[in-house]
Amino acid sequence: MEVRDLEKHFPLTRGIALARRAGAVKAVDGVSFDVLRGETLGIVGETGCGKSTTARLMMRLLEPTAGTVTFEGEDITHLKGGSLKAIRRELQMVFQDPYSSLNPRKTVGSIVAEPFAIHGLHTDRVERRERVQQLMDRVGLNPEHYNRYPHEFSGGQRQRIGVARAIALGPKLLIADEPVSALDVSIQAQVLNLLRDLQREIGLTLVLISHDLSVVRHMCDRVAVMNAGKIVELADNDTLYGEPSHPYTRELLAAVPGARRGQGDRAA
Amino acid sequence: MSTVDDPPLLSVEDLRVEFPTEDGVVKAVDGITYEVGRGRTLGVVGESGSGKTVAAMTVLGLTRVQGARISGRVIFEGVDLLGLDEAALRRIRGNEIAMIFQDPSTALHPLYKVGAQIVEAVRAHQDVSKAQARARTIDLLGLVGIPDPGNRVDDYPHEFSGGMKQRAMIAMALANEPKLLIADEPTTALDVTVQAQILALLERLRAELGMAVMIVTHDLGVVAEMADEIAVMYAGRIVESGAADALLNSPEHPYTWGLLRSIPRLDGPRVERLEPIPGSPPSLIDPPSGCHFHPRCAYAQPDHARIDPELRPLPDDPSHSVACLLEPQERRRLWKEPAS
Repeated sequence: MEVRDLEKHFPLTRGIALARRAGAVKAVDGVSFDVLRGETLGIVGETGCGKSTTARLMMRLLEPTAGTVTFEGEDITHLKGGSLKAIRRELQMVFQDPYSSLNPRKTVGSIVAEPFAIHGLHTDRVERRERVQQLMDRVGLNPEHYNRYPHEFSGGQRQRIGVARAIALGPKLLIADEPVSALDVSIQAQVLNLLRDLQREIGLTLVLISHDLSVVRHMCDRVAVMNAGKIVELADNDTLYGEPSHPYTRELLAAVPGARRGQGDRAA
Repeated sequence: MSTVDDPPLLSVEDLRVEFPTEDGVVKAVDGITYEVGRGRTLGVVGESGSGKTVAAMTVLGLTRVQGARISGRVIFEGVDLLGLDEAALRRIRGNEIAMIFQDPSTALHPLYKVGAQIVEAVRAHQDVSKAQARARTIDLLGLVGIPDPGNRVDDYPHEFSGGMKQRAMIAMALANEPKLLIADEPTTALDVTVQAQILALLERLRAELGMAVMIVTHDLGVVAEMADEIAVMYAGRIVESGAADALLNSPEHPYTWGLLRSIPRLDGPRVERLEPIPGSPPSLIDPPSGCHFHPRCAYAQPDHARIDPELRPLPDDPSHSVACLLEPQERRRLWKEPAS
């Protein structure tokens, strides 16, 4: 995927009946980068830096104000209707909050099967159920829990449901927006390991959006640092964490607490 | 650690807090004992549902809700706070012991000016005029690093950023120069650069004002940065406690190991795979038998499901305690073993 000069401005309006344009929030303000096949690209930044908006633009959940998004040579910036739906089979997303991103009134089976329903795949009931159970097994859920509702699962398990839904159609690119920040610390590693295993096994390309510099360092091959709607630094992992060149990157790295934790007498 | 002839500022003994619910009795805090020395920082670490917040709130009598069963002792400067009535407690709360909360944007009243809310905290415990309280408020806002406090005192909360709101909450907590500040996840809702500023501020204030701090968090990084002593909570109990350096460098409890190993680090070599703690935190209504951690512990023996470990000091370091049924030599061997 190639992203070129991407911009998203949200208009600020004043007045109610006759709203006038009073300015714009430049959420994403001229961002360009490539996502290479099979890599994990990290996008880090603080609240409001535009990282989630960038993800939504890449997914075409939002239409950019300017710039282009090209996926496998095809310009998807302004796709509509059927062709947009077709491209969504290739691009999938895992959301931050596993409590609000799953419909509480649907069973896990029907949540994971929803992509099939939307795209009219595996219409045979038995076959569909089989596919869903394979997916549940794949992400480490008990396939027998097919008929349970989201509230019967813990946060980490719910995030696995979200992952199962996202990989149901065999996407080429998976965008994970803060996939572990709502999870307990002891559960985060389970979900990160799952994403990594899936990537290896089904050759996914992964874009990981996070505010957590340690998580991004662990997971990603290349890292983009965003601040105020712009990418201030984009480098491979070792360079970015070893010799950060932008002052903002250095500031972020210096701010992470706890350098002294757990060092010393344990073999590395 | 505090010396023998210097009694701790706060001493909590065998504290238990239970809440009856429709589903059964929740044993939120299940017999914990800890101390906070004068001017020291205690870090209480645990996941959600470990009872860490309830443990902190009970010190201030904030868990005295209908039906809650609280037992044990909470000795603050020689007085058992659990025995005090609401009026007596109110004289201590916000005065001798103050608390700041996780989410600064919900802790401030949106319709009152920030300054007015701090003035209220000052006048609740000090017999001063409005003008004096306002002057004190401006001083406090300056102390916590709000620029141009003389003007910002009349701002409403929505005019403050998240970091500034947390600074204002800290200013309010400091209004009466408390001897103990309880900070419950003070930086969890904040960005990492703002978090670093708030932690540095707390550290500076602790040094300047000599107050003790009890910081409650899920983030080992935060306690590593701040704490002199650390207590690790799991399922309503303290499973390990000790001086921060000892606990972080030679942790004794498999749960503490799990926490340290499952979180990716910014320093040190990149590991291929994280070592997650299997399973998820237990229910506090019906916790596992024996050692509460045994269902998730890689080193559990069959009898660990029966025997309930006590928090005991280590033979060679009495300030470091652990509640684990493994033999000490065995634990050290397991911790030093490189990751498989």
